Amino acid sequence: MQVYRSHVLVCGGTGCTSSKSEFIISEFDTHIGKNGLQNEVKVVRTGCFGLCAEGPIVVVYPEGAMYTMVKVEDVKEIVEEHLLKGRIVKRLLQGQEESKDVQKSLEQVDFFKRQMRVALRNCGVINPEEINEYIAYDGYKALAKVITQMKPEEVVDTIKKSGLRGRGGGGFPTGIKWEFAAKQVNEQKYVCCNADEGDPGAFMDRSVLEGDPHTVIEAMAIAGYAIGSNQGYVYVRAEYPIAVKRLRLAIEQAKEYGLLGNNILGTDFSFDLEIRLGAGAFVCGEETALMTSIEGKRGEPRPRPPFPAVKGLWQKPTILNNVETFANIPIIILKGAEWFSSIGTEKSKGTKVFAVGGKINNTGLVEIPMGTTLREVLYDIGGGIPNGKKFKAAQTGGPSGGCIPADLIDTPIDYDSLIQLGSMMGSGGLIVMDEDTCMVDIAKFFLEFTVDESCGKCPPCRVGTKRMYEILERITGGKGEEEDIEKLEILAKNIRASALCGLGQTAPNPVLSTLKYFKDEYIAHVRDKKCPAGVCKSMMSYVIHADACKSCGICAKQCPVGAISGEKKVPYVIDQNKCIKCGVCMEKCPFKAIFKNV
Amino acid sequence: MKSLAELEEIRKKTLEQISLRKGGNGMRVVVGMATCGIAAGARPVMNAFVEELNKRKLNDITVTMTGCIGVCRLEPIVEIFDKDGSKVTYVKMTAEKAARIVAEHIVNGRVCLEYTIGEADK
Repeated sequence: MQVYRSHVLVCGGTGCTSSKSEFIISEFDTHIGKNGLQNEVKVVRTGCFGLCAEGPIVVVYPEGAMYTMVKVEDVKEIVEEHLLKGRIVKRLLQGQEESKDVQKSLEQVDFFKRQMRVALRNCGVINPEEINEYIAYDGYKALAKVITQMKPEEVVDTIKKSGLRGRGGGGFPTGIKWEFAAKQVNEQKYVCCNADEGDPGAFMDRSVLEGDPHTVIEAMAIAGYAIGSNQGYVYVRAEYPIAVKRLRLAIEQAKEYGLLGNNILGTDFSFDLEIRLGAGAFVCGEETALMTSIEGKRGEPRPRPPFPAVKGLWQKPTILNNVETFANIPIIILKGAEWFSSIGTEKSKGTKVFAVGGKINNTGLVEIPMGTTLREVLYDIGGGIPNGKKFKAAQTGGPSGGCIPADLIDTPIDYDSLIQLGSMMGSGGLIVMDEDTCMVDIAKFFLEFTVDESCGKCPPCRVGTKRMYEILERITGGKGEEEDIEKLEILAKNIRASALCGLGQTAPNPVLSTLKYFKDEYIAHVRDKKCPAGVCKSMMSYVIHADACKSCGICAKQCPVGAISGEKKVPYVIDQNKCIKCGVCMEKCPFKAIFKNV
Repeated sequence: MKSLAELEEIRKKTLEQISLRKGGNGMRVVVGMATCGIAAGARPVMNAFVEELNKRKLNDITVTMTGCIGVCRLEPIVEIFDKDGSKVTYVKMTAEKAARIVAEHIVNGRVCLEYTIGEADK
C-alpha cells in the first residue's frame, strides 16, 4: 500500500464546497502531479472543521499547518513552497497577524482550544468516503463489541447510565427511550434517524452526515441490536445533496464489508438500513410527522399516546433519534458510560454541537461540554461581535426557542438552565444579535417561518399562529394597538396548551421570550410608534442634515427610486413618500450627512 | 468481512498510513529542503527515511521538511528532534546513511556520531 509522507486535508462540507473547495482539490492534484509529488503527498477530502467563517480550510500534516480562506489561485504557492520546499505559507495561516505560528495540532488554534469534539471527532480528520479510514479510528469496533460481547439489556443500560439526552431539541433521555422499545414484545421493530434538520441556520447534523456518515450507521445498528430491530431508516432532507450522496456511499461500503445486512461479523444479528428523502417540510422533523412521511403519507403529526416506542412506524415499536445523538453512541460504548457522564453538568451530560451564526466573528460549528457559559462561546470561541457593536441577545432553539439577553450572558448552556430562562436548547442553532437588531422584528421573522410551515391539521397552530403573526405585522408596521401585547400573550398561552405537536406548541416561544426580556421595545413600537433599533422601516426615516450637506449629488445618483432632489449650494432633500428605506444614500454619502431618524 | 480479526486487520493497516494526521509529540525527523538541499539530493534522503520508518512500523515519528538551515556546503542536512526537544544534526546525508540512522539512533537511541555536524567540521 502506498505510504505518503504528507497528507493535505481539504474541507468538503457544503459551506466550503460552495466556496470552491472541490476546485481547490483538483488544483492540488494538478500541481502535485506537475511537481512529481504524487507518490509522496496525499490529498484527502474531509468533513467540516467548524471554522466556517474562514473557509475554505486546508490542513497539511504532519506539520499541522492550518490554512484558511484558501483560494484556487493559492494552491500553486502552497504546493511549490510548502509541499516541495517545506516553507510554510505564513500569509495563509490561521490566526492573528502577530502570532502566526504553525500549530502542531488543531487543538492549539484558539478557536478549537475550548472545544471538545466528541460527536465531531472524525470531521476534518478522515475522508468520509473511505470506510477504511473510519475503521482506522476505531470505527465499527463498538458494533463489534456490542454484538459479540454484550447483551441487548447491557447496551440499553450503558446508554442509560451515560446520561445521554436527545440532541434534536427534546432532550429526552436516550437510554429510557430505547428501554421502552426494547420492552415491547413484537416481531418487527424499527430504528429511525431524524436527519431532517429544519431549523433555519442549523447545520450540525449536516456536518456529521457529510464528514462522518459511518458513525450514524454504526450507531443505528447498535440501537437495532439493543431494542431488537433489524431495519433502520435515515430520513434526510433533500436539501442536503452532499450529505445524501456520502450517506448512500457509506451504506454501500458498509454493506460490501458485511457490516450491514445479514449475519454481521459472523453473528446471527442482521440489520439493514435505507434512506428516505424529505421534501422541504419543516414539520417532517417532528417525530410522528416524520414517520407518517416515511409511510408515504403527507407529513402530519399524530396524537400521543401511543408513543412511537410502543406504536410508531406502521404501528410497530420505533425509536427515532437525532443524528447528533447517534454520533455519540459508538464512543460511549467504547469509552464507557462513566467517561461520558464525567463531561458536562449534573443533568446534562456530554457535549453539544452548536451552529453559531449572526453577528459574530467566528461563524461556524463548535462543540462544547455542557455547562460552558454563553460568554465563553461568544467571546473565547466566537471571537466576539464584529465592528465593535454591543451584544444584545442570543437566540437558541430556532423557531421553537427563545432568546438569552445580554445581562444573562453568564448562563451555563445546558437543557435545564435554558428552559428556566424561557428558551430551550433546541437542535443547536445559536443566532447572535447585536444593538442593531430589533427584537420585535426577530419574533416576527420566526413566526413567519412557523406560519408557513404549519401543516394545518390542528386549528390552534393553523389559525392561532397566523393571528399572532398578523398582530406582529401590525406592530412592526407602525400600526400597533394598545391591547396588542395582551392579545399576543393570551394567544401564545392558548396555542402552547392546545396545539397537536411540537411545532405549534413551541411556535409562540420567540414571542414570549422577547416579550419577557424586551418588553420596552414592544411598548416603544406600540405606544410611541418607534423602533429603537432602527430596523422597522415604517417607523424609521432617512434624513439629510442640511448643515452637513455639501450638495455633491452622490446620494441622488445612487438612489434606486429617485427620491432625492437638490441642486448646487442648496442642501439635498429626501422625499419620504418615495423613499424605500434601503439605506444606500447613507452608505455612499462622503460627508456623513445622512442619518437614520428613529 | 466475517470476523473481528479481519476488522482489526483493516484498522491496523489503515492507521499506519494516516496516523501522521494526529500530529504526534514524539520524535521528529526534519529534512532540509531548501534549494541547496534539493540540489544536493535531499529528496531521496527524505524518501529513504519515510520508507525505513514505515517498514519498521514506527508510526508516531513524523518526517517533515524545513528551509535552509544555514550550512549549505554540508547539505543534505537532517535534524532529529527528541521528545524533549533536544536535537542532533546530521550532515552530508545519503539514503544509505538514512537507513543506518533509523536503525541506530531512532530505534536504539545511539547517535551516529560520525555523521553529525561536529565530526564534519573536524
